[in-house]
Amino acid sequence: MKLRVYLTFHEDTVRQPIIWKLGKEFDVVTNIRTAEVKDHMGLVGLELDGDDDVIEAAIDWLKAQGVHVDPIEQNIIEG
Amino acid sequence: MSIVRALKCRECGQEYAIEPNHVCEFCFGPLEIVYDYDQLEGVFTRELVESRPHTMWRYKELLPLDGDPTVGVQNGFTPLIRARNLEKVLGVSELYIKNDSVCHPTLSFKDRVVSVALSKAVEFGFKTVACASTGNLAGSVAANAAAAGLESYVFIPHDLEQGKVLGAGIFGTSIVGIDGAYDDVNRLCSEVAGKYGWAFVNVNVRPFYAEGSKTYGYEIMEQLGWRAPKHVVVPMASGSLCTKIDKAIKEFIRLGLVEDQETAIYGAQATGCSPISQAVKQGSDLIKPVQADTIAKSLAIGNPADGYYASRVIRDSGGWAEDVSDEEVVDAIKLLAETEGIFTETAGGVTLGVTRKLIEQGRIPRDESIVVCITGNGLKTQEAVADAIARPRVIRPSIHDFDAMMAEERPAAAADA
Ligand SMILES: Cc1ncc(COP(=O)(O)O)c(C=O)c1O
Ligand SMILES: [Zn+2]
Repeated sequence: MKLRVYLTFHEDTVRQPIIWKLGKEFDVVTNIRTAEVKDHMGLVGLELDGDDDVIEAAIDWLKAQGVHVDPIEQNIIEG
Repeated sequence: MSIVRALKCRECGQEYAIEPNHVCEFCFGPLEIVYDYDQLEGVFTRELVESRPHTMWRYKELLPLDGDPTVGVQNGFTPLIRARNLEKVLGVSELYIKNDSVCHPTLSFKDRVVSVALSKAVEFGFKTVACASTGNLAGSVAANAAAAGLESYVFIPHDLEQGKVLGAGIFGTSIVGIDGAYDDVNRLCSEVAGKYGWAFVNVNVRPFYAEGSKTYGYEIMEQLGWRAPKHVVVPMASGSLCTKIDKAIKEFIRLGLVEDQETAIYGAQATGCSPISQAVKQGSDLIKPVQADTIAKSLAIGNPADGYYASRVIRDSGGWAEDVSDEEVVDAIKLLAETEGIFTETAGGVTLGVTRKLIEQGRIPRDESIVVCITGNGLKTQEAVADAIARPRVIRPSIHDFDAMMAEERPAAAADA
């Protein structure tokens, strides 16, 4: 499935290459659609594409890294 | 006549057909209704508006429906009062209260947004409507859905005030309390909206819903005698009302209904949940999410969806944002009640508290017109003031007891009697 989320990075996470790590750890396609990054915080609109359980695990991993995850809407797009 | 042109992405400008959709496919930006104002040239006049019933629908050309409203037909058009007693206390010369604490039918400005959202949901063919709410929205969705014969689900944080919970439950809605803060409720509702195919007023029909707030701004201007105020102070949760009052003023100027007064818009929050006012005060345009901790639960949104746009409206209009402590909120609720006879909820306490602060700081000048947006009713948040109000002194039903009480409490009045 494809899942669209907003990620909010705080002071302690904003400098880390978290989206790169996510792509290494999980078999998901990450597609950044919007981003605004300042030195104290960052906001990224991200689309994730992959198997349902992998995406779920990837989201849990992001939260464990201290990233604030907001679903834009669970839209299951066929194909 | 509908002059709605499209749904347009506020970030990249991509336009979309009119459908239950709130987010841009390309950049995930929020969608907003855009209109062809040219079609109203010479048609939408002060006289036309004045000839219509006193409801929010007297401005229906500027709302995103295809036909006439089917939900909340009587809603809106609340009093704008000149607050002369409050003027004296605050030391200002021209102060007004726009009083949506008496908005029909559920006593908050949410009846405006809900009327538009549910009327649009009916046009789209939805049978079930829902919302994520900090309290007032839940009551309004429940009541207006009941009257319209729609099924409803309302999702609220589990620890809301009793008056808000009861004020929704009474309408026979399915009320779901979430063990979490409003932002958790909102997050869950994004998922539910995608899965269940309901009209979620503040998720998938949010662009239509939000337009309803403009009527609050239109009424202020009409009631001021077709004049925009110099200063407006607005309570902020998601920040939507703040942006829509600005849009309302710009639309009336564009249509030649009022002159441009360069109205400054001020945002009000409680210090315990002030992500937007903090951003404005720090000169930042990124809104940092916070964990809310305040008695102003109706405004307790830690990650406000329209925070960025509200902060921009405030900055571009030459306004400012401030926040007040819970104690100041209670003081302001009492001040409004004792000076103007209006009992507002905690959100109103926030707005008046912030107004006072901005006047004292010199941010709002004392000699220009100021409108304070009172958006909800105090009977729904009684817990907040219960400890701050004098309790009745109980005496026996005897004139001797009463005389004794008077002699003790008001010796001068007792001596005269
Ligand atoms: C009484 C009251 N005033 C103001 C607001 C703020 O609304 P907005 O989310 O449009 O900023 C709310 C929101 O719930 C409210 O209940
Ligand atoms: Zn876009």
